[in-house]
Formats: sequence, structure tokens, C-alpha cells
Amino acid sequence: MFRFVLRRLLQMVLAFFGTTLIVYALMFAGQGDPIQALAGERPVTPAQRAYLTEKFHLDRTGVGGFLYRYLDYLKNLLQGDLGQSLTGRSIGDILAAAWPVTVKLALIAMAVTILFGVTAGVLAGIRRASLFDNATLVLTLLVLGIPTIVLAPLAQYLLGVRWPVFPPTAGADPDLYALLLPGIVLGSLSLATALRLTRTSVAENLRADYVRTARSKGLARRRIIGVHVLRNSLIPVITFLGVELGNLMSGAIITEGVFNIPGVGFNLFRGIRTEDGPLVVGIVSVLVVVYLVANLVVDVLYAVLDPRIRYE
Amino acid sequence: MRVRRLAAWTALPLAVTLGLAACGSGGGSGTGQSDPDAAVRIEIAEPQHLVPTNTNETSGSQVLAALFSPLVDYDEANRPHEVAAESVTSSDNRVWTVKLKDGYTFHNGEKVTADNYLDAWNYGAYAPNGQNSSYFFEKIAGYADLQGDEPAAERLSGLKKVDDLTFTVTLTEPYSEFKSMLGYTAFYPLPKAAFSAPGVLKEGYEQAPVGQGPFRMKGSWQHDAKVEVERYDAFPGEQPKVGGVEFRIYQQPTAAYADVLSDNLDVIKTIPTENLSTAGTDLGDRFRQSPASSLQVLAFPTFQKEFSKPEVRKAISMAIDRDEITKSIFKDSQQPARSFVSPVVAGYRENTIGAAGEFDPAKAKAAYEAAGGPKKIELSYNGDGGHKDWIDATCNQLKANLGVECVGTAEPKFADLLTKVKAKQPVGLFRMGWVMDYPSMENYLGPLYSTNGSSNYYGYSNPEFDRLLAEGAKAPDEEAAIAKYQAAEDLLAEDMPVIPLRYGQNNYGHSTKVKNVQMDLFDRVDLLKIEAVS
Repeated sequence: MFRFVLRRLLQMVLAFFGTTLIVYALMFAGQGDPIQALAGERPVTPAQRAYLTEKFHLDRTGVGGFLYRYLDYLKNLLQGDLGQSLTGRSIGDILAAAWPVTVKLALIAMAVTILFGVTAGVLAGIRRASLFDNATLVLTLLVLGIPTIVLAPLAQYLLGVRWPVFPPTAGADPDLYALLLPGIVLGSLSLATALRLTRTSVAENLRADYVRTARSKGLARRRIIGVHVLRNSLIPVITFLGVELGNLMSGAIITEGVFNIPGVGFNLFRGIRTEDGPLVVGIVSVLVVVYLVANLVVDVLYAVLDPRIRYE
Repeated sequence: MRVRRLAAWTALPLAVTLGLAACGSGGGSGTGQSDPDAAVRIEIAEPQHLVPTNTNETSGSQVLAALFSPLVDYDEANRPHEVAAESVTSSDNRVWTVKLKDGYTFHNGEKVTADNYLDAWNYGAYAPNGQNSSYFFEKIAGYADLQGDEPAAERLSGLKKVDDLTFTVTLTEPYSEFKSMLGYTAFYPLPKAAFSAPGVLKEGYEQAPVGQGPFRMKGSWQHDAKVEVERYDAFPGEQPKVGGVEFRIYQQPTAAYADVLSDNLDVIKTIPTENLSTAGTDLGDRFRQSPASSLQVLAFPTFQKEFSKPEVRKAISMAIDRDEITKSIFKDSQQPARSFVSPVVAGYRENTIGAAGEFDPAKAKAAYEAAGGPKKIELSYNGDGGHKDWIDATCNQLKANLGVECVGTAEPKFADLLTKVKAKQPVGLFRMGWVMDYPSMENYLGPLYSTNGSSNYYGYSNPEFDRLLAEGAKAPDEEAAIAKYQAAEDLLAEDMPVIPLRYGQNNYGHSTKVKNVQMDLFDRVDLLKIEAVS
């Protein structure tokens, strides 16, 4: 197990550098005129242009320029310095302010997913073809069919403005209650997927040989489902949830925008819109780490859930 | 049994909802008593900077308007009058004497003196400091010496201190409307405490700027969250009618709109387009509109042969139904424009483009064919600004009314469009917007149409126009200057280098907890007028 984790950690270092290289290259290639993008439609004075060009080495173009800027970026990164955004703020500070609220939001979404998605999935799996099963099928199809960009403003209008059950926006320093609605909206998509995954998996395992054997041995139904079926059914769900945790942390661009939560997605959106290369690369680099760690945790969990899986 | 349990589950949220709805206050707008100590909450976007000479977007300038008091402000007729200045005078429009009012102090207790202004302006003009608004100082003598990588001088030779409350500003060339410029954000003073050494701004000053205005910082700038200010009681000028302001930072105006609807936010400065059609019913008389300084135009690359004739340009203008587009596409959130300057500046006249602004398809088509206009027209725009709808509508009108082919071409961002235009690539007509820097006709004419104008992307050059602008700048008083500028505008109407299409409007709204919400010339909420309702 230890050697497995160590090997994975070493692979992570390679993957990390590979992805930052690709992201940096993409930002570099797609970059038009970031100075103008920052100023919007206002004219930029030559003095201002010269100042920013020198500060961010924007005059270094072509392959040589790319390597120069990428290596410069890496050098700073290894010293723990993520650099400055084009507006002069330290990206480390931006991320430090953005992470806590995004993590909170992702955890709420995750809790909603597990609590409702997995529970309802197990129930639907046990009572296959029942009214409950069919109702959840329709509901999840509906949720999967509505994109967040529609669902989030709709939920905000109905539950925040029309019937003010929740505050319409969460703001920078929200309490748990204010984050609940965005959390549910964010979690609803993964909730639907988790529900369907769990249901299929449980339904399939119920017909497996080992369940029949257990039943014929006279084991209590509660124990068959609670220990044997559930444990085996959770493997695909855990895989999904692990990847989803990374998604929830990065993919909240729309939800964070609608509910005005200044988290990671919010800053990523701004970085992309203003062609703020350093900011985008900084955020994505950290997101890469989150994904890698989430994947590692998932792999380790496999061994816990299924004794047949062993890592040498 | 199961049915009853289900019913209980649905009943609970309903009861909660009803209970909460009953708690909501049903107060009307603007009827309650004014509460002089309450704080109001105003929506802004994350400011880029909070240093006066580095701030040229509305969010930053809204915050600075609370923290600083300008030398001059503008009256109903958009003429400047003194605020922090005792007087701003000149005998020849070249050497201006600024006398300061006594009694102003910075929020840290420092007395405001002439040095504070000179230090701030010199800092702003010095090129290596990379200040966004440095071009505001380019009319001051010695500006050129402060430019480049290694400037020859560190201070503007045109700025001289006379005594503690007086200084003179010498311009390179006479400029009759210099006083109007002084109301802008870039001309605020900076306290000694803002500098760590002469000419070096202290690290972190902009996290909690110290000004001399009616409000002072409460805590520091909380990035992406809010900036809070509270009333500064030692302020000698007109005191605000609220105890403080929380500038709350939003990335998306739709979120701010939802907050205003539920009284979680007091003022939204720009109601998002998608909510405009319902804003009247949502907010009632709390939905407000006021003229803004922006002007939207379609510009011609006059250096291209097919658009070089004024007759062609006028015919295209005549074939566009401005009223229809502002009504059906913009839901009257903008106003049709038929002049080259905005109604918010002194000297504005209605309908200066005359016949070219009257929608007349038959006449337009005849004139277009007689002048030999091109068979195919391209309209270029930036795809990120919500321009597609009106560009397409304009294209359809041109197709129907002139019998030409017309396509709208989107560039990803305005910067990409500008790059192409600067390289003189054939992009066809392109959209441009202009927001004034200071309320003066000159600001709508000089940078945009003079031969060396900083935003003259259309290659327009008319020596007569340049001459009239120069004469206007030297004119002995404002009236004489305006006369010259109006003559220059008439030349534009003959040449039509751009087609004026629409004036901007502030479409703002407020909650039931505030009243007397007004917008100033720079699209900022007037912080001295707003009142909180208790």
C-alpha cells in the first residue's frame, strides 16, 4: 500500500507539471491583447502599456518567449509564489480568500448528494419498478435535463425572491444557511447521477449469487442489504463522487456567479474574461492538485471497500 | 398512514414559507423618515484600483467619490462649480490658479495643502508609475519630460506651489475648459501618509485609502466582498445624509438585482438587460432612468475606398431606423442619438446630423445608388458585449432598405476588433462606444475625430476641424469655446465619419429602504443626496 501511494505521488508530480505546461501554453496561444482586455473599451495610454508589458514580459512572444515565460513562472511557483494578477493582486492571496468558501460550498453539495442521492438510490434499487423508483427516474431525468444556468437563477428567483425562504445571494462571508440553496443547486446534478448509479448497482447486486447464498443461509434482509449489497454497490458510486468532488470545486462558475459567492469559480471566470493569464494558470494548477488528490483517495478507498483489490 | 405522513412533509415547508412571507415588511418607497445614521448598501464590481490616478472605471471611482471631495463639481446645466477649491481662475486659459478652501483635513488628521495636490498629480503623470489615468495630465506643461522608460524629470514643470492653499497650473497650450476636467477622479489630492518616500506610493495604500472626503474607510478593502466607509464628521463641506455606505461587490448584475428585489441591497446601478422588461413591474417607481454619458456609434474606416464618400456614409445612416431598434431591442434602456455629443454636456444640441438622422428608406436607397455605395456591407462588433442583436437588426434594415448584402461579423473581444482596425484590415463598419472622461464637448470631439486623436481609428482627418478645436481650446470663455466646438460638430455632420446611434442611460433601481437616489455625470450614485428610510 505504501509503495502504491508513493508511486502515485511521484506520478502526480509529473502530471502536475504536464498540465500546467498545457494550460500555460493554451493561455499563451489564446492570448489576444490582455492589456486592452483589462481596460475594456477605453483607450490604453502608451505609458500604461509599456508598464504592464515590461512587468509581465508580454513582449516575449513566439516559442522562445513562451519557454522564457513558462520557466519564469515555474521558478516562482517552486518558491511558492503564484505571481500577480494583471490588476496587481497577489494570486496566492486571491486563492487563499477564495478557497474556504468554495470548499464549504462543495462540501454542502457533496453532503446533499450523498444524503439524498445515495439513500434514494438504494431505496429505488431495492424497490425496483415501484412507484418510488419510477418517480425518481422522472425527477432525475428532469434535473439532468435542466442546465445549471437555468436551474440556479430559477431557484434563486423562486426560493430567494418570490418566496423568500433563503437569502437570494450568499456574499463573501456567508453562514451555512445562506450557502444551503447554492449548495443544493450545485449538488442537484451530481445528486441525480449518483442516484441513478446507486440504483442500478444495488439492483444488479441484489440478483448476484452471493446474495442468494446469503439469503438461503437465513441472513437477515437488513444485514444482506446493509453490509453485503451496499458495500459492493458503492464502488462505482465512490469513483463518481471522487471525480465529482473535483468538479464541484472547479465547476461552480455558474452557481458562484448567480449567488455572488466570491470563490474559485468566480475568480476563474473573471480571469478568463479579462485574459488574466497568471490568474487562470494559478487557479488551474491548484485545481489539478485537487483532482489528483481526489483520484488517489478514491483508489485507496477501493481497497477498503473490496478486499479483493490489493495494491502492491 | 403513509398518505398522512406525506401530507405533513408538504405542509411543513408551506407553513414556513407563509410564516416568513408574513414577516416581510410591506413598506412603500420613499415615504418613511430619513435616518441620518443608517448605512446604505450600493452595488459595485470589484474595483481594479483605489488610487485616484490609477482608477478609471466606475466601480473604483464610485468608492473614491465617497473618500474624496473633488475640486469642482457640476451643476444642473453641467457647468463646473467649486467644491474643495475656493476658486479656479485664469486670465489666459494657460496659467490657471487654484485656491483651496481652508479647513479640509485628511481622515488621518493631516491638513490639506497645495503640496498634497502637486504630489498626487506628479505621481500620476510619472510614466514609470504606470498609472491608468496619467493621460489626464498631458495638457500640463512638462508632461512629456515624465514619459518614457527613464524620464528626464520627476515632477511636472507646470505645477507650482504659491502658498499653502494656492498653486498654479501651467498648460502647454491654452485650454478653456480645464476647470471642467478638475472634477474627475484623477485630480484628487493624496496625503503625505500615502507616500513612503517622495514620489513612491506606500505599499498597501489602496487597501485603505486615506482621503479628504465626506466618508472615511471603515476597515480595509475586502477584495471580492465589500468596501465599507463611514461618515467623516470633521468634513467641512456638505455633509451626507447617511451614516455610512457599504459598497458590495458583485460579479454579475443579475445577482445584485435579485438582492434589490428582496431588500438585501439598496442600489443597483445597472439593471441587467434581461430584467429590464420586468423592472417596471418588479420595482414600480423604484426603477429609475437618467441620461448617461455614453454614446454608441457605427464607425466607418474612411481610409477604405468604398466608404470614402460622405454621401455613402449619410445614405447608410438614413437607412437605419434608430427609434425602432432602441424600442424593440433595447426596450428603451438607451435613447436614439442624432448628434455627436451627449446631452449630459453643456453645448449639446439636438439632431445636429439633420437629414442623415431621419429614417427615409426611399431617399436613402436613391442616394446610396447615386453615390455608388458598395454592394456588400460588413458590420464588425465584439461578441462579448451583447451587441449581436442590434447589429443583426441593423443589418436587416440595411438589407431591406438599401438592397445590399449585409453580414455581422463578431470578433471575440473589443481588443481583437481594435487590433484589426489599427492594422487597417477590411472589417467594414465597426461599432464603437465612448464614455466621457470629463463633461465637455471637447472630450467628445478631440480624442475621437481630430487627426491625431487617441481614439481616432477611422482615419478621419479634416484640417478645418482640427483648427476649430484648437481655437475652441484658446477661446476666452466657455461660451466662446462652445461656439467653436459646435462649429466643429457641424463639420462632422457633413462628413459623417461615424453614425451616431444611441445615447446610454443609467437604468438603476433601489430598495424600499432608501430614497432620493440620483446618479451623477460619471454614472455614480450621488452619495451626498441618498437617504436611508427607517
